[in-house]
Amino acid sequence: MIGGPERPPDPSNAMRRFTRDHLTAVLMLLPSLVVLAVFVYGFIGQTFYFSLTDWGRDPAQALALRPERAFVGLDNYARLFTGVLETRFRQDLVNLLFFTVFFIVGTLGLGLLLAILLDRGVKGEGFFRTVFLYPFALSFIVTGTVWRWMLQPQGGVNLLPTYVGLPQGQFTWITSREQIWSFDWNLVPSITALVVAAVLLMIGWSGWRSARRGRAVTFLGVGLALAVWALSGAPGIEMLPFPERRGFNLALIGIILAAVWQMSGYTMALYLASLRGIPEELREAARVDGASGFQVYRHVVFPLLGPITLSAMIILGHISLKIFDLIWAMAGPDLATTSVPALLLYLRAFRGNQFAEGAAIAVVLLLMVATVIIPYLWSSLRGEVRR
Amino acid sequence: MMAALGRVRWSWRWLTYLLLLLATVFFLGPIYLVVVTALKEPAAIRLATAWHLPETWHWQSFAVAWEAFGPGLRNSLVLAVTATAISAMLGSLNGYVLSKWRFPGANIVFPLMLFGMFIPYQSILIPLFQFLRDIGLYGGLAGLILTHVVYGLPITTLIFRNFYAEIPDEMLEAGKIDGAGFFGLYARIVFPLSVSGFVVVVIWQFTQIWNEFLFAVTLTRRASAPITVALAQLAGGEAVRWNLPMAGAILAAIPTLIIYIILGRYFIKGLLAGSVKG
Repeated sequence: MIGGPERPPDPSNAMRRFTRDHLTAVLMLLPSLVVLAVFVYGFIGQTFYFSLTDWGRDPAQALALRPERAFVGLDNYARLFTGVLETRFRQDLVNLLFFTVFFIVGTLGLGLLLAILLDRGVKGEGFFRTVFLYPFALSFIVTGTVWRWMLQPQGGVNLLPTYVGLPQGQFTWITSREQIWSFDWNLVPSITALVVAAVLLMIGWSGWRSARRGRAVTFLGVGLALAVWALSGAPGIEMLPFPERRGFNLALIGIILAAVWQMSGYTMALYLASLRGIPEELREAARVDGASGFQVYRHVVFPLLGPITLSAMIILGHISLKIFDLIWAMAGPDLATTSVPALLLYLRAFRGNQFAEGAAIAVVLLLMVATVIIPYLWSSLRGEVRR
Repeated sequence: MMAALGRVRWSWRWLTYLLLLLATVFFLGPIYLVVVTALKEPAAIRLATAWHLPETWHWQSFAVAWEAFGPGLRNSLVLAVTATAISAMLGSLNGYVLSKWRFPGANIVFPLMLFGMFIPYQSILIPLFQFLRDIGLYGGLAGLILTHVVYGLPITTLIFRNFYAEIPDEMLEAGKIDGAGFFGLYARIVFPLSVSGFVVVVIWQFTQIWNEFLFAVTLTRRASAPITVALAQLAGGEAVRWNLPMAGAILAAIPTLIIYIILGRYFIKGLLAGSVKG
């Protein structure tokens, strides 16, 4: 993501000396730096501060020019995750999780399939490429408006089977109220801990095998302790005094479909670019060794697509975590079955003037995105410096 | 043996084209439905006949939509053109500084700038709203332009920095010997070489800003709302017949689609610049 074809400037060249022109250069950059410092870091800090206050609970103070804000600690977060009155945020998080998983899998899968088909040297490749990528140029609002019409229960997609002699589709898409794979919200700490424990154990195990024993023992130990804690019912964490069922709302399927429609051309373009970058000799060599067409993909091509898949996953995950406009256009901001945290933030902060609660949702969103982006930025830039 | 192999190849070919055809239907189907719906008389739009061609071609929907969405389209045009121009210009200067005038700390400053392009904008929305209200720019286009310029800086800076890294330092050295300073080198050497860099950045920024919704819906009042907000509001109302939102969707899509079809090559370049690791 960070680089195009990039050459870090050589520090030993003649421009190294700090001249008056260097001073001009820094002064030219300075306004952008200051503005970004305020608009990115300053505002993030403010959001975090707001999330620790009660701003908005008193309607008289909500829109005051100099609102009085009292410090309430983590109370807003506690309300979101364990509040008895605020239940929507928890379903929003679950919705976001399912949406993200299916959106990424669908977009990567369809994009890869299309790229492989086009890579086989078909006639009219330019035409197909244009057709598959054009939705990416559209606004999510346009896509949403169009797909809302496509997914009307009595029309659109549901009519298609009738044109090949099958009965009309019965699924109600966005208005569906069905929920599957439901689980108790109180299990979330245990499930999260188990996932983290599994990752730690995997890291520890691979460290053990590559003979970095010291660090491996730490990872294995912490992972094991976490797993034991989780399996014994996560003692020490009280979520809700009663079971609360949360699951996958089938209404999301239509939204996922539209999102995949819009973004899979993009992954196709990424995959096609890297497929074209694989030297033909590599595949030829595998064929000479007797590999079938499928085996060439399985053993030569797919392993080489790993890095681009990771990049695409991060970009798609980033888009998915902050998804807002598509759902707004397809289902409206108020429909709870398809809602996500970004929509709830809008409703709370900008319709209900509950700014502190909105800020707490914003911080949760930022933390989720940061866990995806920071390691990626870090490794990209470290690689660049090393080169 | 050869014949059998030939047949296998042949059927693979068939399967490839069959799948491509299915994919084409999947990607173009929505366009077909939008166009026929926009061209039907409002009274003739029924769910059961959604896929049928219109019996009479009703072009007036576009006139009505033009009336309804004219202000939104105008706002979007002013917004996208202004914000794109300013952020491209600033990005070019920043990229020039960061690639050709390395200074101590540049390696720390650049990633800190880049982070701004990855944050979910929800995380700065509430202070931004408050800030714009305090300085009197909330609700109008000026505040939205400022917002898009600021949050466009990381990506425009990134693209230009990578673009200028390709210009050999020796060219600038030669210019220096001729007595050119910071601005002279930029005006005489760097800027004239920037045309395709500007094309990539302008396409990227224009498309992003034209299509953007979150800032638009939170920071503008009705009179200065861009097209995305106008379309979302109309489509949300149930009383409206479907020909109008469909015609509106077409109007909202046309500018970015034209850019994509005419300048697709640069569009893909920008897209890869924003996503592929060198």
